[in-house]
Amino acid sequence: MGKKLESSFKNMVLVLFLVTLVSSAAVGVVNTLTSGLIEKVKIEKQVQAIRAVVPEFDNDPMADTRTVETPDGGTLQFYEAKKGGNLVGTAIKTYTNNGFGGKIWLMVGFNPDGTIYNYSVLEHKETPGLGSKMDTWFVKGAKGDITGKNPGTTGLQVSKDGGNVDAITAATISSRAFLDAVNRAAKALAENAQ
Amino acid sequence: MNNWQNFTKGFFKENPTFVLLLGMCPTLGVTTSAINGLGMGLATAFVLVLSNLAISLVANLIPDKIRIPGFIVIIAAFVTVVDMCMAAYLPSLHESLGLFIPLIVVNCIVLGRAESFASKNKAIPSMLDGAGIGLGFTMALTLLGCIREILGSGKIFNMTLYNENYGMLVFVLAPGAFIALGYLIAFINRIRKTN
Repeated sequence: MGKKLESSFKNMVLVLFLVTLVSSAAVGVVNTLTSGLIEKVKIEKQVQAIRAVVPEFDNDPMADTRTVETPDGGTLQFYEAKKGGNLVGTAIKTYTNNGFGGKIWLMVGFNPDGTIYNYSVLEHKETPGLGSKMDTWFVKGAKGDITGKNPGTTGLQVSKDGGNVDAITAATISSRAFLDAVNRAAKALAENAQ
Repeated sequence: MNNWQNFTKGFFKENPTFVLLLGMCPTLGVTTSAINGLGMGLATAFVLVLSNLAISLVANLIPDKIRIPGFIVIIAAFVTVVDMCMAAYLPSLHESLGLFIPLIVVNCIVLGRAESFASKNKAIPSMLDGAGIGLGFTMALTLLGCIREILGSGKIFNMTLYNENYGMLVFVLAPGAFIALGYLIAFINRIRKTN
């Protein structure tokens, strides 16, 4: 192996400049190659989440969207699913700040009459094995089934708080947060019906 | 040391997790399940091989006083490339590991190998060293992930072994990571001593 380059000021500045230049150029090239694909994957994921929570549709819900502001300053995204021009359901991307591990993002689907069709969990940081069970706990036929219920403007509550939804065992805070997100969407839907 | 030893030392003799006790942060953080441990280990191994190769090639061009910032920039570039490629081509894997990939930049194993091995050796031994250490790390994370998943949620690689309700939840949470790792290290050291 050859001799090491001397640690003179000129050498150090030059080498660091070259290393960062080459590295950032490489990252830039890969970014231009992958950014389009990454965007496509993101949209595909969104469409899949919508498809999972509303009845069958034949329009492009990504095009039929509107943004609704909530009283506490947040924004919810509405995706309207239509079949033959008739509204068959609305998927709402909603959130709560009250999760045990911070923010939870959900996609909740409502029938045109305001009852819940289905939901899916987009993002959460709840405790594994406890709050993380929310992706299966509230589905049709499960213990905390919320499908077919109509939260309206009053909202759903866990049975501990006088409501009629069974909370996840040992994860009441996560369950409350989950329902908070669902209720936020239901309220916005009831107040912004077309 | 010959090439074969450069490769195999990472598994047992100089296993980064059990013997060198490096990279404890991802070790304790991501091993809630076997599959997370495996994915994190393989991503780290991939970065290790590439960064060891690159650094062994340019080591003589980097003056001593700025070698650490130089190495970090090179490692960070590789990690970012891996991160973006994963997001584009393996979206489901990227989703489950998303948070941990950028953390590889500050994983002291990668910088440690660059500093103590790649900067002093030629390209081929450096790559083998990276592969060995990386796979040793993968093995350790997968083992720890298996133990925590079995004890904590009654599953292994998402296949149910017994009812989840009988699992010891503490093993999925942070304290369980320390307990399981402690016993594993003790066990490995016991084997090492008797050999």
